[in-house]
Amino acid sequence: MAVDVTGINWYKYSAPRTFYPLAGRLIPWFAGLALVFCLIGLYIGFFLAPTEARQGEAYRIIFIHVPAAWMSMFIYVVMAIWAALGLAFNTRLSSMMASALAPTGAIMTFIALWTGALWGRPTWGTYWVWDARLTSELILLFLYFGFLALEAAIEDSRRADRACAVLALVGVVNVPIIYFSVKWWNTLHQGATVSLESAPRMATTMFAGMGVLALGFWMYCIAAALHRVRSIILERERRADWVREAA
Amino acid sequence: MKARHKRGLLIASGVLVLAVAAGLVLSAFQKNLVFFFTPSQVVAREVPVGKPFRIGGMVAERSLQRERDGLTVRFVVTDTVKSVPVQYTGILPDLFKEGQGVVAQGKVGDDGVFVATEVLAKHDENYMPPEAAHAVEQAQNAQKTLIGN
Repeated sequence: MAVDVTGINWYKYSAPRTFYPLAGRLIPWFAGLALVFCLIGLYIGFFLAPTEARQGEAYRIIFIHVPAAWMSMFIYVVMAIWAALGLAFNTRLSSMMASALAPTGAIMTFIALWTGALWGRPTWGTYWVWDARLTSELILLFLYFGFLALEAAIEDSRRADRACAVLALVGVVNVPIIYFSVKWWNTLHQGATVSLESAPRMATTMFAGMGVLALGFWMYCIAAALHRVRSIILERERRADWVREAA
Repeated sequence: MKARHKRGLLIASGVLVLAVAAGLVLSAFQKNLVFFFTPSQVVAREVPVGKPFRIGGMVAERSLQRERDGLTVRFVVTDTVKSVPVQYTGILPDLFKEGQGVVAQGKVGDDGVFVATEVLAKHDENYMPPEAAHAVEQAQNAQKTLIGN
């Protein structure tokens, strides 16, 4: 038995049976934090943050657009890591986590694309262009759709997990392409406002609103994924004794 | 080596090979992935011949002229090294302004003027309140005066 310094036996929670009640206890916390962060973030974004010098009020779409876009990429990476763990160690729960994340990732990608289109029209003068940033983000949406479709197409869930894991790992090369697209090529989409190399290129209140909303989105995604993984556990373990007893 | 370690290694090397392959493909397509060409590339004739393409840069200061019909505009797109004159008939986006980024699609005519069929505004990654923008503008003007003297 591997027990680390924290005294918590992490392996214990890799079993669906023990993870199911843990997830149930965690969901209200993450959902509550999501609500609080989103309300604070929206208040900062729409009431405290100043008008932008050139774009006027239209720039406020950024408070939804950027957190959604960040989550769309981040969730894909996390999903690919879970899928890889499932593939390498044959742990059932890892694959279930990957499956639970996919729909939330797809929703975030869709929100990023949709808000981007609504923002592009008043600022750039067009809803859509085929530049590297927009196109690679659209490919991300199709990767999520592909993952969900492949999973639904294969009857045996263990085989579906393996096929989906390969797809998730192949698609992960797209994430750095999305992120660096505005650096590597000439695009209509502007470069990164917030990056690790330099201070945010925006007013502090704007950055605060965006940051708090990003946290809110993150907490929501965790709550949604945990909620979904509980359903997946029940469905896949329906023949297990503990599920039958609970039912 | 345990089976799961072997599988993990296999997955890791698979992803690595894939990343290299993607990198090679992307560098091969480098030119085709360009959304717009710069005025320098246009002047150096590094652009598709006889086909429509996009040109991107800044609208040169004091270059915007409106024709009498009220719809046709002429302006100069510059990357601060080279400049290309552009002609466009249509509605300009709200953010279109002298000194701001622009991307125009069209063809270069025989007279060297780029005739655009679509003009898009490109904005940068900086977001600031009007007061800050005003301060930046004043600082730039002050610098210009200093250099001018």
